[in-house]
Amino acid sequence: MKELSLHILDIVQNSISACADLIRIDVTVDIEADLLAFIIEDNGKGMDAQLLKTVSDPFATTRTTRKVGLGISLLKAAAEGCDGGLEISSVQGEGTKVKAWFAYGHIDRAPLGDMVETIVSLVACNPAIDFVYHHRMGEKHFEFDTCEIKKVLGEVSINNIEVISWIRDYCREGIESLYGGVE
Amino acid sequence: MKSLAELEAIRKKAQEKVDLRTERQEGIRIVVGMATCGIAAGARPVLNAFMEEAAKRNLKDVTIAQTGCIGVCRLEPVVEVYVPGEEKVTYVSMTPEKAVQIINEHIVNGNACIQYTIGAADK
Repeated sequence: MKELSLHILDIVQNSISACADLIRIDVTVDIEADLLAFIIEDNGKGMDAQLLKTVSDPFATTRTTRKVGLGISLLKAAAEGCDGGLEISSVQGEGTKVKAWFAYGHIDRAPLGDMVETIVSLVACNPAIDFVYHHRMGEKHFEFDTCEIKKVLGEVSINNIEVISWIRDYCREGIESLYGGVE
Repeated sequence: MKSLAELEAIRKKAQEKVDLRTERQEGIRIVVGMATCGIAAGARPVLNAFMEEAAKRNLKDVTIAQTGCIGVCRLEPVVEVYVPGEEKVTYVSMTPEKAVQIINEHIVNGNACIQYTIGAADK
């Protein structure tokens, strides 16, 4: 993957397959601590201990686990190649949490990339799922929560074309302001 | 700065349109493969090109959705177009530029872009 935001988009697909209806995405950038980390947490069906042990191994996947095979292992390889790592915890019936971290300044670390397009793709294609996006950059942070948007929208669907355009602009402004202001 | 007041205005406008809408038939569905293979091959910009072009042309009856791995990973990004009453069309090796063309020629004008289909790619 050329961008970490694409890994995030990919890992969230696992949460969607696990029937989650609330997915939290947390991105933390801490340049002083030389850290870029993200957490994807869902309330999906979770995994049993056996599956949890094998998910990050692309060759140990069985047919039922094929869906989670390559996505997780690609992310794990990317993180470990940048002095980082990957951690997955899961409770059956409660949900799954995937955490990946990278050395911010590692020469092989892919850029975070376009988080806005990742958020917009997820929200537009999964109107029934709630997403909470939290992005922390040093002291500043930005949060976007589809529950709040849906409260304002009432019966208008969140994947209405104009609503999606608004979400795109809203997130772009919010994330750009973390990195030194809106151009 | 984008505000919630603006969102409220969008809601009001959209709701008026919903009220005016009469019984209509099932719309066109555009489905983008968004598994690991699709995403790595560039499905996200393709999906967004479809959404932006549909918004630009104000296509209300088009649903853009995602699916998992369709099975031909070497031809990703793969996009399927379902027009009610017609056979499904599968487009392969998609790019944002092709997505714009498909909206214009296939969705709006009703002529499938044969040169980008899986049938053409396998010849």
